[in-house]
Amino acid sequence: MPETKAAPGVVPTYLELREELLRRDRSLRDKVVSLEEAASFVRDGDSVGIGGSTMSRTPMGMIWALIRAGRKGLTCSRSIVSSDGDLLLASGACDRIVTSWFSQGILWGVSKVMRHHVETGKAKFDEWSHMAMGMRFRAGAMGVPFLPIRSMLGSDVRRQRPEPVEIDCPFTGEKILLVPALNPDVALIHVQRCDAYGNAQIDGLQFMDVDLAIAANKVILTTERIVSNDQIRRAPDQTKIPFFAVDAVVELPFGCAPHECYGINEPMIRHMEYYVGLVNKEPVTGMQHYLDKFVYGPKSWSDFLALIGMDELLEAARAGQSIYDA
Amino acid sequence: MLSRAHEHTAAELLTILSARQLSDGQTVFAGVGIPLLAATLAQRLRCPGLTILFEGGVIGAFIEPGKLPPSTNDQRCTKRANMVLGSAEVLLLLQRGYVDVGFMGGAQIDQYGNLNSSFIGDPAHPKTRLPGTGGGNDIASLAQMIVAMKHEKRRFVERVDFITSPGFLEGGESRRASGLLAGGMFRVVTDLAVFGFDQDNKRMQVISLNPGVSREQLQENTGFSLQFSEHLGVTEPPTDQELKVVREFDPQQLYTA
Repeated sequence: MPETKAAPGVVPTYLELREELLRRDRSLRDKVVSLEEAASFVRDGDSVGIGGSTMSRTPMGMIWALIRAGRKGLTCSRSIVSSDGDLLLASGACDRIVTSWFSQGILWGVSKVMRHHVETGKAKFDEWSHMAMGMRFRAGAMGVPFLPIRSMLGSDVRRQRPEPVEIDCPFTGEKILLVPALNPDVALIHVQRCDAYGNAQIDGLQFMDVDLAIAANKVILTTERIVSNDQIRRAPDQTKIPFFAVDAVVELPFGCAPHECYGINEPMIRHMEYYVGLVNKEPVTGMQHYLDKFVYGPKSWSDFLALIGMDELLEAARAGQSIYDA
Repeated sequence: MLSRAHEHTAAELLTILSARQLSDGQTVFAGVGIPLLAATLAQRLRCPGLTILFEGGVIGAFIEPGKLPPSTNDQRCTKRANMVLGSAEVLLLLQRGYVDVGFMGGAQIDQYGNLNSSFIGDPAHPKTRLPGTGGGNDIASLAQMIVAMKHEKRRFVERVDFITSPGFLEGGESRRASGLLAGGMFRVVTDLAVFGFDQDNKRMQVISLNPGVSREQLQENTGFSLQFSEHLGVTEPPTDQELKVVREFDPQQLYTA
């Protein structure tokens, strides 16, 4: 029998949520910091919402920086998790992933890194339906404690999660599932361009990033390019995240590598193939090798890009820009 | 791997047979892999008015030959589409009822069309943790479903280890009683047969056998006792044109190896 009352503490009270917002400096100010400084905005144990989906617009550079900074005990939520989740679990930065799907990508079957960590109990993988993830971020963005949905009912995905509550709708008497708001401590989002204040423009697929940004109690943006406020004002319809929701801005070209960034680069498939071959063969030692060489080894993000290689970078960039061809 | 006919792979056969289940004018929500390719095949061959939706946030997708996306969240999915929107927004169209057919693959299915893509073995101590539902649970909860999958005994089981994406649950009226008021399984297409579902008990039933497949052979490869339609037919084999178009779209056998 499904419970009709939620466990306490799953969502903050409304006043707690408002107080978190009051603590932030939401003034119009220059928020540009280095990648390393931005990492200090995330504390051990934080709940971290990650923008993009699967291999698309993943804030890989920011995740890379958090791992290098030695963050521990993070709970990471994302619509769909790819190799970003592998890196977060294997580095010890994260011990809980909240998502609808987690593996490197459909081309490569099941992530052995995910399997190793989840099957041995080293990490938790909380599974929700994709729409449920979206409605959790949306409830968080709306400042309400839950939203009703009509999926997950009757399934073991629902049965396995203690948080949602099934009710009889007070209007129709139909069964409906209430999914709790998700207000991460901090959101990591990569965009094509933003100004120094954090007015952010996103091209192409937005995924759940707008709700995620508004729901989170802190937002770190990485961006392909920092542009002037004048340029933002020339196309305000393209601005998807308002500056007052943003706490830090980092300029980070190819900041999704080896994943895709719409209009900038397609996924760096040769690097992904190399990565998946390495870690799915040896989820522990192969992964350690990858972390040593590609995460801890490089002096900087540019140095990491150089390790992927100029040929692959340019090829991915050419394919990425081809979205604008007729 | 080549199928029995030695003319096409099992995945090509799946793509072609499941594409035939779609009709012109429908709106179809397609998952990555064979569903995406099959919907595209139907759109180019028979159903120019087919509207394809992807969970990455795409309405009216128009995939280019040789440029299959690695997921339904990639920019390749958006080229020449009618609209891009947030992923929650496109999933909510399912809930609102705008989607005629949901179309996905499956790792494990049972006699009532319940799909498992989460766990092999006891979920509390899983032998294998699988990637999970993605949009599968939402699609199967809210739309009429076509499932395309490889036919193997270990994949066609009496009861799935875990219901990730709901079919008819325990059969009969149990799906409705659980609060799932719309949608449900329509077709399951495999490399051996095409299945529908019994109107009353909601069990999977064979509606046609693929060329060269016998009832006995199908039963041997299925983990539950099969129900056959009284109008059991034989599936038309793939045509040269269907195979040609599939290969134009997937020349590297990204989905159809």
